[in-house]
Amino acid sequence: MRMVLSPAQGEVIFRSRLVGRITWLYLPAFLIAAAMGLPLLYLGLRALSAGPAIWEWLGRVQSLQLLLRSLGLALAVTLSAAALAVPLAWLVTRSDLIGRRIWAAVLPLPLVIPSYVGAYLYVSLLSPHGLIPTLLTPWVSRSAWPSIYGLGGAWLVLTLMTYPYVYLNARAVLAMSDRTVEEAARSLGYSPWATFWRITLPLLRPALASGGLLVALYVLRDFGAVAILRYTTFTRAIYLHYQSSLDRSTAALLALVLVVVTVLLLVIQQRLARLNPAAAVHAPKPPPPVALGLWQAPALALVLLVVGLGVGMPVGGLIYWLGRGIRAGETLGAVSAPLLNSILAAGLAALVTVVAALPLAVLAVRHGGRVSRALVGWSYLGFAVPGVVIALALVFFGANFTPALYQTLVMLVFAYVVLFLPQALGVLQAALRLVRRNLEEAAASLGHSPGEVFRRVTLPLISPGLASAAGLVFLTALKELPATLLLAPAGFPTLATRVWGAVSEAFFARAAWPALILIGVSALSMLWFNRNPMTRNEPNP
Amino acid sequence: MSRFFGSLLVILVVVALAGCSALPAAPSTPNAGRVVVYSGRSENLVAPVFAQFTQATGVQVEVRYGGTAELAATLLEEGRNSPADVFYAQDPGGLGAVAAADLLAPLPEDLLTQVAPQFRAEDGTWVGISGRARVVVYNTERLRPEDLPQDVRGFTAPRWRGKIGWAPTNASFQAMVTAMRQIWGEEETRAWLVGMQANQPVVFEGNAPIVAAVGNGEIEVGLVNHYYLYRFLREQGESFPARNYFMNNGGPDSLILVSGIGRLAGGKNPENALKLIRFLLSPVAQQYFAGQTYEYPLVAGVNPERGLPPLESLTGAAIPAEQLVDLQGTLNLLHATGILP
Repeated sequence: MRMVLSPAQGEVIFRSRLVGRITWLYLPAFLIAAAMGLPLLYLGLRALSAGPAIWEWLGRVQSLQLLLRSLGLALAVTLSAAALAVPLAWLVTRSDLIGRRIWAAVLPLPLVIPSYVGAYLYVSLLSPHGLIPTLLTPWVSRSAWPSIYGLGGAWLVLTLMTYPYVYLNARAVLAMSDRTVEEAARSLGYSPWATFWRITLPLLRPALASGGLLVALYVLRDFGAVAILRYTTFTRAIYLHYQSSLDRSTAALLALVLVVVTVLLLVIQQRLARLNPAAAVHAPKPPPPVALGLWQAPALALVLLVVGLGVGMPVGGLIYWLGRGIRAGETLGAVSAPLLNSILAAGLAALVTVVAALPLAVLAVRHGGRVSRALVGWSYLGFAVPGVVIALALVFFGANFTPALYQTLVMLVFAYVVLFLPQALGVLQAALRLVRRNLEEAAASLGHSPGEVFRRVTLPLISPGLASAAGLVFLTALKELPATLLLAPAGFPTLATRVWGAVSEAFFARAAWPALILIGVSALSMLWFNRNPMTRNEPNP
Repeated sequence: MSRFFGSLLVILVVVALAGCSALPAAPSTPNAGRVVVYSGRSENLVAPVFAQFTQATGVQVEVRYGGTAELAATLLEEGRNSPADVFYAQDPGGLGAVAAADLLAPLPEDLLTQVAPQFRAEDGTWVGISGRARVVVYNTERLRPEDLPQDVRGFTAPRWRGKIGWAPTNASFQAMVTAMRQIWGEEETRAWLVGMQANQPVVFEGNAPIVAAVGNGEIEVGLVNHYYLYRFLREQGESFPARNYFMNNGGPDSLILVSGIGRLAGGKNPENALKLIRFLLSPVAQQYFAGQTYEYPLVAGVNPERGLPPLESLTGAAIPAEQLVDLQGTLNLLHATGILP
């Protein structure tokens, strides 16, 4: 039986849907965007009181050069991270690569290694007098080793530490998207390469754009790794200004320069993210994986190389530190409390961030106008500045305006949401773009309310994207330091703060132990988060 | 779909379980109260001494660990609303910035006078707890002590080209340059910096990596604080091929740098804050710093260990720590010579 609506009733339904959209989409989106604006407000407030000396510093040729060095490194790392991540994501989702489920869980792991710890490890392993060249001296002379310092080293280390941003974005899309178009292309005589370039890559473009943006912003705001690798960037200069003179207004003004750069990057990203609508399809039953055949060996070699450099080497270095310390009788200290604290804080961060990102993502993809694009872009701006700036902004607002919540778990999770929302947003937007609109429309025409359509049609379809987004936030929250140090409840050690406190004072064994546990927990959590996209991928029995 | 919500449920359960076990245990002696510490000193160095304090007094210590500069900035942002009772800083710079914002309360005279006047603030807002000396760390396989110059100025000789490590971004290094400006004067300090820069020193991010690089032979000598070496000897054995060399010649190269502590004027537990500071200046705590972190105790009657030369013999120790706080001139000089970006 079908209900016939009078025009007046139709008007009522239309109005109630509009009201629903405002309550469920625009209101939360605006609230979240307002929260994202706090760090910018703080930067503006602080920058107002910056003295003339810093304008002079900013006007120097050297400062411009530093900015160009930052941008150059960001560009180089973004390109190489994408070049690594796309084949890796394709191999673990589309091919019959041996051990692909394990690789899928291991490949994102460099994300959990804090960048200064990672850089410290790579230097202690790879510098000409480091562990690996020393072990290999019988075969390779020290002088034959390329320097780990400078642009080359920074490029290599940051690529290894950031490719997972692109990888997780790309994997979510490849796991979800339809392969029938690719099959059709092949059957029409396209070579596998032509199919990849003309069909798969355009499909990946939004995911690459959002993952690449995260990489570029990560590199732009990093000051820990580049310092150890002796590549001076603009952000490092900001941090030095701030650290040595404790002059917050100067640092704020310089951080605003990064915000301006980010706006430019966002414009580029939004151009790249526009998707060829023909590719936006979704198949419930994926065909069997592509047989690699003779390519199995080189594919495996690539995966092993990346896993070896990005995960194996840091883990090996940590095990060496641990073994050496234990032999010398070092005590390690209990890690159960930091472990639970880490899981608690990062777990909550993953959950809340994904939930907070959903309305923004839906708004941007389904009701994509200027307002929603601006809201999404706005929420990225916080990602452009070093985490310590965000942390101090929240210290300022928290201590002075919400003292009851200040330095509680609520505040910490809020800080994580501000820091990591852009990560979830990118993945969710890419996933939503792949959901065919006519499925939602069909459900709506059958009388389901928009809420029901979203819950019963859209949400299940994007569940690999939800899992990827949650996984990404979980891993990066596990390693987060500046906000954790300043905003966590007192006496709330996490694995990352333990590692940091130990490395900075040369307690290597005590740093290695929680660091290894951090990596182990992350690997297990990745296996678990991966169940979604991976099982969707298996042919149905 | 159900899988996603199943996953959410698992997360929630895990989070809830973790939450229950992460709740702090109720303090055993609630009457003694608590004290909230912002510590710019590493947990590995000071947590044992806080535990001793709790054992002795029953006062619970709630510590927030972080970098000294970051915690100082946090205190400045929090202003009077800070939950902190005490700020324990790695170097006087952070304390000076917080004191300049009028956030520190003067300490009682009997606490201050336990350390020599140069190791505390003139206005009594903070007091030094332990000290570390600027030294040269050298590789024992490449060099003997007699190969080293008497004075840090000797490192501008061509023989040291590319063989020295330094950390110009480090607060201790910058304090040393400030002392140079005061003892040698601007011109001579600038000349030294230019001469060093011409010798292509290897730049490191902090003291520990310098000691590591001297040990593995990447460099022959490094300008560092003395106590990092003992961490390396502890974890890598006495065969670790690096030792300290004290440039005991009356110049800024044998400077003593102090960690210090101040009480926040807005703190809610002023009594316990003073109790903690008093404890840190007690022979028990001072002995801990001498014996466990290999630092210089600052209170008379407790001696340094590890064969360190006595504090009085280090002439650089005569410069008031507070004068080293004024960094702007040093930073300008380091920027002008191209040593800092």
